[in-house]
Amino acid sequence: MIDDRTVARVARLSRLELSPEELDRFRHQLGEILEYVQRLNALDLAGVPPTAHVLPMANVMRDDEVRPSLTQEAALANAPAVENGYFVVPPVIAEDSPE
Amino acid sequence: MTALPDLTAGELRARYRRGETSPAEAVRAVFERIDAQERRLHAYLYVDREAALAEAARWDGVVRRDDAPPLAGIPVAVKDNICTQGWPTTCGSRILAGYRPPYDATVVTRLRRAGAIILGKANCDEFAMGSSTENSAYGPTRNPWDEARVPGGTSGGPTAAVAAGEATLALGSDTGGSIRQPAAFCGVVGMKPTYGRVSRYGLVAFASSLDQIGPIARSVRDAALLLQVIAGRDPADSTSADVEVPAYGDRLATSLRGVRLGIIREFFAEGLDAGVAAAVRDAIETCRSLGAACEEVSLPSASFALPAYYIVAPAEASSNLARYAGVHFGHRTSNAADLITLYSRTRREGFGAEVKRRIMIGTYALSSGYYEAFYLRALRVRTLIRREFETAFNRFDALVGPVTPTTAFRLGEKVDDPLQMYLSDVYTVPLNLAGLPGISVPCGLVGGLPVGLQVIGRAFDEQTILNVAHAFEQATPFHTRRPPAGAPASEGRGRAS
Repeated sequence: MIDDRTVARVARLSRLELSPEELDRFRHQLGEILEYVQRLNALDLAGVPPTAHVLPMANVMRDDEVRPSLTQEAALANAPAVENGYFVVPPVIAEDSPE
Repeated sequence: MTALPDLTAGELRARYRRGETSPAEAVRAVFERIDAQERRLHAYLYVDREAALAEAARWDGVVRRDDAPPLAGIPVAVKDNICTQGWPTTCGSRILAGYRPPYDATVVTRLRRAGAIILGKANCDEFAMGSSTENSAYGPTRNPWDEARVPGGTSGGPTAAVAAGEATLALGSDTGGSIRQPAAFCGVVGMKPTYGRVSRYGLVAFASSLDQIGPIARSVRDAALLLQVIAGRDPADSTSADVEVPAYGDRLATSLRGVRLGIIREFFAEGLDAGVAAAVRDAIETCRSLGAACEEVSLPSASFALPAYYIVAPAEASSNLARYAGVHFGHRTSNAADLITLYSRTRREGFGAEVKRRIMIGTYALSSGYYEAFYLRALRVRTLIRREFETAFNRFDALVGPVTPTTAFRLGEKVDDPLQMYLSDVYTVPLNLAGLPGISVPCGLVGGLPVGLQVIGRAFDEQTILNVAHAFEQATPFHTRRPPAGAPASEGRGRAS
């Protein structure tokens, strides 16, 4: 029920690089799972509201006060690359790109 | 006399108070058990003997006092998706290899304050996705009753640890059955509290509207004790509810007179192993003999809970797991020249197959053009399921049925067939969708393997299901059965009767 193009598109949206073998296996497995969950189509759901969350709660507010929190050092301690207190990532915009 | 690692927390506390043993002695005995068994069981991903012994020494004198905190000197295992400051917290994933959280989860803070000795971090399916603990990137945990079989999942590590005397108590998490199913497979008590009963602050998020931390123990009284410590409102988790926490242990009943139990008809339909069905029916008869009024009840949409769950949970996961991208923490690919490749390749290298599958199912179900047909439809089904439970609770104080359709299955039996693996959760996921509490209590052995009775309660009424489980437990010998020491892998042992 889903083809290679759909799997590749979903993988791209998911930010997942897939090997050709994975693409093949996932097409098969995702197809099976999606077919299974479509059992829900047998139900008449007219007028039934969705439940995203079970607790009867609205927004929970607290006072906007400065409180102790992680130090910059602790917050960055697990990062794979850090420089001058920042997280380091590869260039988002190439340096030599025109205007 | 029962060995120290096999005592309940209640028994251990009594011995401490009488000065018959000390936390240091108990912790040492548990580590001897760990040394003897871990190579076979693999319940833990990390232990810190020195820290545990130092902590045990700290509580040494205190445990004899009447005002000792409730878990003083009690050895506890914590599932590896719960943050522990300075200790590795991997969620069973390569992508979090080496990650050491800068803070403790609220439940861990509460454990420490209550005097618990935290031994280490217990194994689980990667990001708590699975039903067998085979999805751990660090290798599976084995069932203490039979090494050829899975302990269940995703809290297979903490549950096997409790079953095999490698911890007195443990914390697990339950998104679709991940405490109750392994508790049933390993012959111990496991509870998923009401959604909102226990703070999720510091629980690594999988499906935020379903996840809940809960106790694993060798008796219902111990489970009540641990729940008492971890339950209650936490300002750091806005979904934790401001609902009074009763003194569960003080009110445990041994009679079920006047208790109305609903037997869920749909949980005994096709797919349920005959041996498991017989054990659960016997358990219900025992409840009847203890005074309960038992009658059948129907939840017509129950069979739609599993397909709804496998849309809702992956959808939430696909969003929650976006944070693992090789930037803030965890693994980063060494081979990426641009940002998108950095994300995609890091995630390819760091995630296992089941996590990738669920991220993709969730992304698909939330994507433009499919959102209404999949995600929104599943949320509507969730309403149906909630309403059916509510209607049932107009007539009944608690509902009962099996926890799992079969006893523990063999390692490797379902790893290549995700859908078959999912079906293991068919009786546990409805509660998560409805936010209700449920407990698994040992109710028999079939072919030498444990079976669990599931008791389901109203929201925030953990007391009633603890009472039913406790009364049943005290009337039956099943909770006293421990796995045979060094249970070898069964070759020809017959399954189920």
